[in-house]
Amino acid sequence: MNTFFPDAVVIARRNLIKIKRIPELLVFTTFQPIMFILLFGFVFGAAIDIPGSSYREFLIAGIFAQTVVFGSTITGTALAEDMQKGIIDRFRTLPMSESAVLAGRTFSDLLNNVLVLIVMALTGLAIGWRVRTSLGEALLGFALLLVFAYSLSWVMAYVGLRVRSPEIVANASFIVIFPLTFIANTFVQSEQLPTPLRIFAEWNPVSSVTQAARELFGNIPPGAPEPTTWALQNPIIYTLMWAVAAVAVFAPLALRRYRGAVSR
Amino acid sequence: MSAMTTTVLAEDLVKTYGDVTALAGLSLAVPEGSVLGVLGPNGAGKTTTVRVLTTLLRPDSGRAEVAGIDVLAEPREVRRRIGVSGQYAAVDEYLTGRENLEMVGRLYHLGGDSARTRAAELLEQFDLVDAADRPAKTYSGGMRRRLDLAGALVARPPVLFLDEPTTGLDPRSRGDMWDVIRSLVADGATLLLTTQYLEEADQLADNIIVVDHGRVIAEGTADDLKTMVGGERLEVVVTDPAELGRARELLATVATGEITVDAHTRHLTVPCAVGTAPLVEAIRLLDGAGIEVSDIGLRRPTLDDAFLSLTGRETAAEQPTEGEQEVVR
Repeated sequence: MNTFFPDAVVIARRNLIKIKRIPELLVFTTFQPIMFILLFGFVFGAAIDIPGSSYREFLIAGIFAQTVVFGSTITGTALAEDMQKGIIDRFRTLPMSESAVLAGRTFSDLLNNVLVLIVMALTGLAIGWRVRTSLGEALLGFALLLVFAYSLSWVMAYVGLRVRSPEIVANASFIVIFPLTFIANTFVQSEQLPTPLRIFAEWNPVSSVTQAARELFGNIPPGAPEPTTWALQNPIIYTLMWAVAAVAVFAPLALRRYRGAVSR
Repeated sequence: MSAMTTTVLAEDLVKTYGDVTALAGLSLAVPEGSVLGVLGPNGAGKTTTVRVLTTLLRPDSGRAEVAGIDVLAEPREVRRRIGVSGQYAAVDEYLTGRENLEMVGRLYHLGGDSARTRAAELLEQFDLVDAADRPAKTYSGGMRRRLDLAGALVARPPVLFLDEPTTGLDPRSRGDMWDVIRSLVADGATLLLTTQYLEEADQLADNIIVVDHGRVIAEGTADDLKTMVGGERLEVVVTDPAELGRARELLATVATGEITVDAHTRHLTVPCAVGTAPLVEAIRLLDGAGIEVSDIGLRRPTLDDAFLSLTGRETAAEQPTEGEQEVVR
């Protein structure tokens, strides 16, 4: 009897109830991206000039990418917390599908990212960001951001089940994610970076997902130099390759870790 | 005994973590419908044993069976038949008591309606109706334990594992918990219970195993164990230290082992038989000899006594002179 889907739904619902119980959590999850958009948009936006275009418009896709990448760390901290509190022990003694706990977790975190993207898009629209393509292409852009974040959730699931406390997940992922989202084309055009950083940025999947979203939203500044690397010339395919690879490698690793996980 | 079915079986379980040996060839058997108390101090291997039997942990070697099913080969089949309640009450504190139990019911695949009905029944049975729709975060320690135990019972499993169900509870909550556990046993469940308290094993278990350093060092009924450890003792404090020698000679008639004397506190410890007869006899003897007593009482064995006795015997065998000195002092 395969109980994967019903079990995953039970777990996802359980995760979402937590958001309902602690409304502050939702306030902070949505407040932070709003703050980012306003800070970057008005502070950097005033200082950085992109000829023939608005920096604010250029910036939005980068902030979207950075925020959903950070959002994926919730998967890791939540699993580490469940392990610490013995809840994973409880699940593992129940006759339920083993992969459902991880699938339910990554799915509810995906929903969380959907909500965050909606809030950010509305804030962006309010300060002058516009989609200059079609609705379909814009939705494709959002979908790509979500797919990318979802694949990172599986990386974080593995990390969360490896370490001993949720704080370690938060700190460790911060160290990795901060450079990953800054040494990229998220906030500046990568052509302007010094060579080693530029090469990193050009092959960084955070750059490719940002580039893809920017293209799909129609936010590439007119007259911007054509990308020179294959990754940025084919950002959608390159991003999807990373996403598929991350899930293919880390979903089995995380599941193996879950099967042997015991608190303390 | 041989006609009884063994519901929980462990054979030669070994589990090491680096240099630390958690289980060093532990074996146990729980006959159907009976209660086994697994007694031992922290770090003895009690929790590791429960984790192996409840499919959470794979041993390095050994065999385990629950309800006739191989735990290592068919963990999911075992999970259908067991209920587990842990030392660290594993309830989701963001969910209400009702949501916790309904979630567990759904994960046992009872179906939505049955999960709801069963949750309501258990909330009633465990006296959690008033708190049912509050997040478990607001519960007291005793309430959390009850909710956790209720979670273990959702699917009415025939085999139950309770890992230190009363550790950290106040005496009243502990008494309530004992009543609940007794009623489960009366309903015919097979139960394996770990505890640090001899009294708890005494109250609840049909058979007891004492575990230390990952192996079983003694087993039997509560009475067997008490006789074995000789923990039942008479504590006498005489008023005049000069009378200690005479008191010791007199009390030798009720003693079942060596009497120890502490001159500094004017204290005699007399191992004796179970029951109140030795106390009555001792008072009669001392009174008859005109020895004034400032305190006298029966002391029941504690886990400390059991351990001192069970593990201390090993030490005494290795170093007989030191053991002698202890008694003479």
